[in-house]
Amino acid sequence: MSSRLQIDGSMRTTLRRTLLVCGLLTVLLIFVLVLAAVVGSQRLPLGPALCALTCKSVCGLSPEQQAILFDIRLPRILLAAAVGMCLATAGAAYQALLRNPLAEPYLLGVSNGAAVGTMVALVFFGAYEWSRPLMAFAGALIASFAVYQLARSRAGASPERLILAGVIVTTFLSSAIVFITTLMDATRIRSFTFWLLGDLSGATSKLLTVAIVVSILGTAVLTAYARPLNLLMLGERDAFDLGVEVGRVRLIVFLAAGLLVGTSVASSGSVGYVGLVVPHLVRLSFGSDNRLVIPASALTGSAFVIFADMLARTLIAPRELPVGAITALIGAPLFIYLLKRG
Amino acid sequence: MLEARNITVTYGERRALTGVSLRLKAGTVTAIVGPNGAGKSSLLRAFNGTIRPAHGEIILDELPLRSYSRRAVSRRIATVAQEAELRFPVTVMEFVLGGRYARASAGAWGWESQHDLKVAQEVLRETELETLSGRIMNQLSGGERQRAVLARALATEANILLLDEPTANLDLGHQATILALVRARCDQRGASAAVITHDINLAAQFADSVLLLKNGQPLALGAPSQVLTESMIGAAFGVRVLVDAHPLTGVPRVTPVHELRRSL
Repeated sequence: MSSRLQIDGSMRTTLRRTLLVCGLLTVLLIFVLVLAAVVGSQRLPLGPALCALTCKSVCGLSPEQQAILFDIRLPRILLAAAVGMCLATAGAAYQALLRNPLAEPYLLGVSNGAAVGTMVALVFFGAYEWSRPLMAFAGALIASFAVYQLARSRAGASPERLILAGVIVTTFLSSAIVFITTLMDATRIRSFTFWLLGDLSGATSKLLTVAIVVSILGTAVLTAYARPLNLLMLGERDAFDLGVEVGRVRLIVFLAAGLLVGTSVASSGSVGYVGLVVPHLVRLSFGSDNRLVIPASALTGSAFVIFADMLARTLIAPRELPVGAITALIGAPLFIYLLKRG
Repeated sequence: MLEARNITVTYGERRALTGVSLRLKAGTVTAIVGPNGAGKSSLLRAFNGTIRPAHGEIILDELPLRSYSRRAVSRRIATVAQEAELRFPVTVMEFVLGGRYARASAGAWGWESQHDLKVAQEVLRETELETLSGRIMNQLSGGERQRAVLARALATEANILLLDEPTANLDLGHQATILALVRARCDQRGASAAVITHDINLAAQFADSVLLLKNGQPLALGAPSQVLTESMIGAAFGVRVLVDAHPLTGVPRVTPVHELRRSL
């Protein structure tokens, strides 16, 4: 990385720069949203679709097209946006909190924890819809707590210990998932396996509302804690010396990130790589200041998952791929490229 | 003013400090010296609230340290320690601005004010890092990073400075600059400083008083000429030294006497 010029504004992240970047990313998000609304197994005409989205009137779309747009695509796109926001923001938060650019909900086992929670809710409390996000949240928290405790040592959580702890927790929870799966009948097993890889089609309106609200609230909370996270990111002891209430910030960030991951998994299964690749990309482009990284990751994550889901439902139309497969197919090579660039 | 009253610090079974009392008076530099494992870092950690003493009290401005919030402590006490490994790229300016956190308004998103920038630029100038303010921290040399850590501590505008081996990676020129900076803060702004150092001669030159620790217990506390004597240093470090008065400054000059190989 070349040394930056001594012009105020590139030496540090300012409010103006943050707003500018977020503005641009919002435009990108809107563009991807419209694209995903129009593209699909049935192409919708762009003009009327735009008109319908903004004016909420008929605008020359046939009833069938209206149904496709408003009953099928739009909820799905909104869920994709919420999931992308949840996972990217949680990823950015974990990376700062755990001082590890490789920390990610999936790798840390938090996603699996949420999945186990969701499964337990489905199998044992299937009748109560609220049990899914609630138990997913609980599962995410238990998993993140377990990883944190395992990774801690006198010297703090080194990246190596953290990855090791994440692997241990992930694999343990994977076997728990297999165990619970055996309690299900054959037809459920197949649909569940696909759900686990990321499935955005099953959004009920209640769950969708919860997901949108949680994603925005969670991102807001984490952005509010961005400045202490900037200090924590550089060292727990230093952050403590400089005035950060380390214990309190850690607890709130863990809770908020766990809530984000839990909600995302409860609504759409385990979508990997978003929390890893998006914040990394954002940091490479705009610097490490979390006051910019967190909101920018939220917006970019939304766009990324909307786009990935668009591919998931069009690549082998009329059949669908799990969105988690697409994010992995894009994310893994992208991450390797980022790693090599250093 | 910061004071330790008869504190004992334990790590589980191990006693790191026993019965240590030290008052950091305004406008003074206190050097804390002693062999490895003497408890010097533990004393510093007790002073800034990282560790709570098992017995005794740390008093800050007439009140117990534990009665202050984290932020209130950080506005009054700044710590300069060996820098942790940085795993994310930050510029020197961003790093130094981190020192302004304790002064930030309670509104959390808290963007830095013009005053914050001014203070940061001032300390960067004092530590001779002005030209490097746009560079990424990891691209700096060890000595430059150490100066950045000091700059960040100075940016907090705290009146009590605790420094753990601040000159460890610095060349001769910068060693003098750093300690002169600390000295100036104490003389001009009435700050007080406690400096852990292995360099006894540097301590003799810049400190008003010296605390000599061994095995967690205070061996001697007083002016450099009183504490840095041949018998004291011999008792603490187990080495023979020669102590004379520095020909230019008059402060004690400590020279270890090594067993010389017999020449043929």
